[in-house]
Amino acid sequence: MPELTVWMSWLSWPFLLGGVFFFLAGTLGLLRFPDVYSRLHAVTKADTLGLGLLVAGLSLRSDSWQSVGLMIMVWLLVMASGATACQLLARYQREAESSKATTEHRQANDAR
Amino acid sequence: MPAELIFDGILILLLLMLAGGALHVRSLYNAIVLFIVFGLLLALTWARLGAVDLALAEAAIGAGLIGVMLLAALARSDAEPGPRSGRAAIIVSLGLGGLLVAMLTRAVWPLAQNTAALPDMVEIQLAASGVSHPVTAVLLNFRGWDTLLELVVLLLALLGVRQLGRTTMQLPTAWPILRAWSRLLAPLTIMIGGYLLWRGSVAPGGAFQAGAVLAAGAVMLNLAGLLPNIRWDSGLTRSLILGGIAVFALVAVGTHWFGAGWLDYPLNWSKPLIVLIEIAATLSIAVSLTVLVIGENEQPSP
Repeated sequence: MPELTVWMSWLSWPFLLGGVFFFLAGTLGLLRFPDVYSRLHAVTKADTLGLGLLVAGLSLRSDSWQSVGLMIMVWLLVMASGATACQLLARYQREAESSKATTEHRQANDAR
Repeated sequence: MPAELIFDGILILLLLMLAGGALHVRSLYNAIVLFIVFGLLLALTWARLGAVDLALAEAAIGAGLIGVMLLAALARSDAEPGPRSGRAAIIVSLGLGGLLVAMLTRAVWPLAQNTAALPDMVEIQLAASGVSHPVTAVLLNFRGWDTLLELVVLLLALLGVRQLGRTTMQLPTAWPILRAWSRLLAPLTIMIGGYLLWRGSVAPGGAFQAGAVLAAGAVMLNLAGLLPNIRWDSGLTRSLILGGIAVFALVAVGTHWFGAGWLDYPLNWSKPLIVLIEIAATLSIAVSLTVLVIGENEQPSP
């Protein structure tokens, strides 16, 4: 049924454009946001959503179930690794800040 | 067509910028990060050129393992970047770089003209090689000698690094989320490594890529504190590392003794022999790269 493929190809455009939009938004956030936490928030969440939308759009255009399955698995893996890396980096930053705060506190006490 | 040209142009520009940044940025840490990104984009470039084998190797070894090795070296040293080089040094290196570019252009130009005779020769002989992927046929049959020596080079590098230092990194205790994530990824690396090894005879993949993926899994488990440091003392480590070269050399000697010549496989034996060499080489490469990166914790003997 050729109409269905044409329909799906049209339907994929909002997904693809949405994916590109979220990638751009995430990159803009990474470049412009003030501190580490909000940058992590921007880049991991927006990029994961962007990739998901791209996968959805490309799945609608794909002609085999196998490549759809592969793309979905890639997306799941990227989503999980993005979430993990975000947590690790955020925790590293928090520990670095707290250790810096304690040394400053100690130095202030010593000076007194 | 223009869309692809734009993509390739951006890729080339980014590569040049990243290479310049990695060389000239002040902080060593930033230079390493730029180098890792450079490796990833280089892998993308190889994929665009249709050299999927090289793309896999570059992503796994060039960007992944070398990045970890550079970061580990940085953690062990307190070296600051040296003073900027003088004008004469810059002129000399520019001249040498220009010479290299000229020679490379001369070497690559025939490929652009598509007059290179080698691909056709490989295609003609492919049926007799025992595998159906031309890259594997070249690496393990037509030019098997080169691959054997590459394994020797890897062994020499490993022995050289062993002479250098006994210091090991003091790793903090891994956070639970890193441990859980490593546990999840480790089976995946084994599966992907095995798949790359098995696919090597019919599609891009093979011993180096599979070994690098397995080594990456081992390094990750080690960094998460789940795998003890791999010790050179243990006989298993040494026999696995030497196994690749040993099997390869035995096959070479056997074909020389009983067959037509040095690494000239008998017709019906080529596929099993190549698979045997690839398996031994994968294990050897995996353990060698792992030992190169995380080394062993050599306790001073009491």
